[in-house]
Amino acid sequence: MVEMFAAENGLKGDPRLQAISNAIRVVPHFPKQGIMFQDITTLLLDHKAFKHTVDIFVERYKDMDISLVAGVEARGFMFGPSIALAIGAKFVPLRKPKKLPGEVIAEAYELEYGRDCLEMHVGAVEAGERAIVIDDLVATGGTLSAAIRLLERVGAQVVECGCVIGLREVKGQLRLNGKPLYILVEPREIDGC
Amino acid sequence: MSAYRDKDPLIHGIQSKIRVVPNFPKPGIMFQDITTLLLDPKAFKDTIDLFVERYKGKNISVVAGIEARGFIFGPPIALEIGAKFVPLRKPKKLPGKVISEEYILEYGKDCLEMHVGAVEPGERALVVDDLIATGGTLCAAMQLLERVGAEVVECACVIELPDLKGRERLNGKPLYVLVESR
Repeated sequence: MVEMFAAENGLKGDPRLQAISNAIRVVPHFPKQGIMFQDITTLLLDHKAFKHTVDIFVERYKDMDISLVAGVEARGFMFGPSIALAIGAKFVPLRKPKKLPGEVIAEAYELEYGRDCLEMHVGAVEAGERAIVIDDLVATGGTLSAAIRLLERVGAQVVECGCVIGLREVKGQLRLNGKPLYILVEPREIDGC
Repeated sequence: MSAYRDKDPLIHGIQSKIRVVPNFPKPGIMFQDITTLLLDPKAFKDTIDLFVERYKGKNISVVAGIEARGFIFGPPIALEIGAKFVPLRKPKKLPGKVISEEYILEYGKDCLEMHVGAVEPGERALVVDDLIATGGTLCAAMQLLERVGAEVVECACVIELPDLKGRERLNGKPLYVLVESR
């Protein structure tokens, strides 16, 4: 797994990254005690910062011959389509079970307690397509890992995963099957904590 | 108002990309699947461009999108017209303080939530979703925005099911759709 932060990969000192980080709100103890939730809805309220977020991913991917942007439900839907539109790629939603109406393939993955499942429409992706996966945040990498497996099962090549927020080190190994991970910013901390 | 005209090639292109899935989520429902539209970059772009053309320069500062398919169309429109995007979500998804609006389903009730502080009084807002059926969800969305003092300028959907008369549930607010499905 290769974890790359934008600031260390060509965007050092780029003021857009600070604007993006500043626009993210931390909500303590959501969804449960001890979790400092990184809320991107405040980023979506800041038109400039939201535009910077999309622009940075578009700049990175527009010349990489990407034909497919997959977005993980639901916050991946807020970033993925704009990127897809700008680079001329299709957008493929990866969804929780029973939401997609057509024939699907499913991939199970582990949660902290229990399992969940991600689904993709059969026929959405052709073998040999070059794909990126987009989500708002990567924690353990379990969801992204399931997304990668879905795409690879139908013969797509996952070029990279792109996330707005990511932890620098997550309990040792990020489970991304050796795929590169591109991250814009680290999680914010509450001032004074 | 509907953008649909027999001879408009852009609209025809968009409509032709929408897939109908029979008997989903239950027997008798002909589900309008927009995921096939998203697989065609030109048709998806045309969809967004039609909305952007209509709303750019109209002083709209808020695009509210209804979970989850409203999240696919809303943000690209918001980015292009210079507005903020506000997600309206099912209960317990939004992490901060929320206001809630209940609405009636065919069997039972559901609820839509919005973050407190996302929208300021006097802001001009759009509500975006992929499809309007009975209008119950859109109506709840409009209520949320009006409760915090925003002005809902219009509701915008890719598809309308006119036989379900959702248009009449919008308290007189205008509805703009690209495609009608009978």
